[in-house]
Amino acid sequence: MAKKTKVLTPELVPLQKAPTGIRGLDEVTGGGLPKGRTTIVCGGPGCGKTMVGLEFLVRGALEFSEPGVLLAFEETPEEMAINVASLGFNLRDLANHKKLFLDYISVEPSEIAETGAYDLEGLFIRLQDAVDRVGAKRVLLDTVEALFSGFSNGGILRAEFRRLFRWLKDRELTTIVTAERGEVTLTREGLEEYVSDCVILLDHRINEQISARRMRIVKYRGTKHGADEYPFLIDEQGISILPVTGLQLQHKASNERVPSGVPDLDEMLEGKGYFRGSSVLLSGTAGSGKTTLAAAFADATCRRGKRCLFIDFEESSNQVARNMQSVGINLEQWSEKGLLVHEAWRPTQYGIETHLLRIHKLIEKVKPESVILDPITNLINSSSHKEVHSMLIRLMDYLKGAQITALFVSLTGGGEVLEKTAEGISSLADTWILLRDVELNGERNRCLYVLKSRGMAHSNQLREFLLTKQGIQLIPAYLGTEGVLTGSSRLAQEAKEKAGIRLRQQEAERKRQELETKRLALKAQIASLQAELHAAEREAKEVSREEQERVDELKRGRDDIAKRRGALSGNVSELQANQSEDVS
Amino acid sequence: MKAKAKAQKTKSSKVVDLRLYIAGQTPKSLAAISNLKRICAEHVGSRFRIEVIDLSKNPGLARDHQILAIPTLVRSLPVPIRKIIGDLSNTEQVVIGLDIRPNESEKEPR
Repeated sequence: MAKKTKVLTPELVPLQKAPTGIRGLDEVTGGGLPKGRTTIVCGGPGCGKTMVGLEFLVRGALEFSEPGVLLAFEETPEEMAINVASLGFNLRDLANHKKLFLDYISVEPSEIAETGAYDLEGLFIRLQDAVDRVGAKRVLLDTVEALFSGFSNGGILRAEFRRLFRWLKDRELTTIVTAERGEVTLTREGLEEYVSDCVILLDHRINEQISARRMRIVKYRGTKHGADEYPFLIDEQGISILPVTGLQLQHKASNERVPSGVPDLDEMLEGKGYFRGSSVLLSGTAGSGKTTLAAAFADATCRRGKRCLFIDFEESSNQVARNMQSVGINLEQWSEKGLLVHEAWRPTQYGIETHLLRIHKLIEKVKPESVILDPITNLINSSSHKEVHSMLIRLMDYLKGAQITALFVSLTGGGEVLEKTAEGISSLADTWILLRDVELNGERNRCLYVLKSRGMAHSNQLREFLLTKQGIQLIPAYLGTEGVLTGSSRLAQEAKEKAGIRLRQQEAERKRQELETKRLALKAQIASLQAELHAAEREAKEVSREEQERVDELKRGRDDIAKRRGALSGNVSELQANQSEDVS
Repeated sequence: MKAKAKAQKTKSSKVVDLRLYIAGQTPKSLAAISNLKRICAEHVGSRFRIEVIDLSKNPGLARDHQILAIPTLVRSLPVPIRKIIGDLSNTEQVVIGLDIRPNESEKEPR
């Protein structure tokens, strides 16, 4: 009862937390371990209990200015310092700077005989002394259960454990106690009975020869916490726990566009390319040009001076760089400038979580604007479909949250339905570009179409996908009465059409010339008739002129006669003239 | 003379060095002190030295001497070192634990 009230009083203020500084753990626990309290980290042998505790101490000392004390029951500080040196932790240096105090407690059962009542006051004295020496705020007891092998009186030990945890709590020391996992209980000796604020369970299992570490928060009194099993990884930078971000659909959608690296493809996507931060799925059969299209995207990203992370599960970076030279994409220049980070490893090299963690860490290191995974299909080799699916969801989620454009390359196996990916992530992709081979007339040709692209009016056209020395070209496939034609049959059809057009043109030209000749002939005819007409007119005029002259002559003659006769009226003379005319 | 000197030498080499670690004047500590004194007087004769170390006054020694349980009795001489923990209430166990023959003094005259 007394214990209960004592515990409850400080809980009236919200539970304070001590950040561990361990990647991911603070996110999962909502800020860290319960401050001033004891946390049990339990698990089987070799699952990383000591690592969790040590990283908690080291990060506390380095990042949160909380000195720590390590009471080691199983390894000497020297051994431990060597063990963690590979992780970049320098325990000796920390000890020299009074940020850490290391004490090795040797429990040698053979040396000890018991007679009568005793307690573990010596342990308390040592702990107190150690805490005082560095002004410790954090304590790691690793592995306190070793005491059970050294002392036979379980009753005394249990009482002493209870006293120890109370003692630690009273001094407000944030403590991690590591313990071996028991068969029935969480810890072999049932320590969780005494410490019930926070229990973290670590697990290390082997599935088809690939190891996977997992962590679960079994209990965390007074706070909400992630309850799932989270994969974690121990590498040269310490421990990393997934998820680094939660599975929430709250990412900001960007209107910014990033070019795909193929101008023709951009054109199919409203002329602008992908949305920044979107997930692009590139699926297709073998040899359909997936990697080339991905490389073009990497090239475009680097060309804009942005960083790109290319994760390859199939080819080495050298090989890709060489191959891309043949289509006019020079990836080496970007690698040299540090804009392109090309990492290649075998999918079977790690478990699925390790893959994810490695990718996460690379992203954190490189800080790319775009990430390419080529191909995700191979990951299935290393794990079950369900796990790959969940990993890819997590990865997409993380990338979207970070506004990183992601290009996932997926291989569609022969005979499979094209509009389906083995990983089942097509519904999650924002843009899905399908590459396929069209087999016709004894040749295979590459075709590309945009199956979907959320939030943009994309082209619905099937394009022929050409890999040329100058890069990738997309040309509209021949769609005509002969059906969809690609490659040489398209060329042949085009040639045929061209020939037809030329023939028609020649025909028209001939006709035109014919008509022209006819026109000219008619024109000539018209001219000659006209000339005839003119001649006739001229003749007519001549005739009338001659006639007139003759009339005039006659008149003049008659006038002369009349003059000579001297008696003539006008009328008479006229009549006479007419008469004379008739006569003539 | 020679034999006597030798006997004396063996005698002195058989001196038992005992250290009793306690932490403050707790009932257990006090019980251990009185029990130890009694046992030594009864079984070891005069060939023993007892040093009582109070760790609450000198906490660093707990680490240096690898002491956990209180009280702890350490036989540092003769080698090998032996450790007995508890208030030493079981005389027989202490005698066995310290490996001191209860009738060694009786054996000698023979």
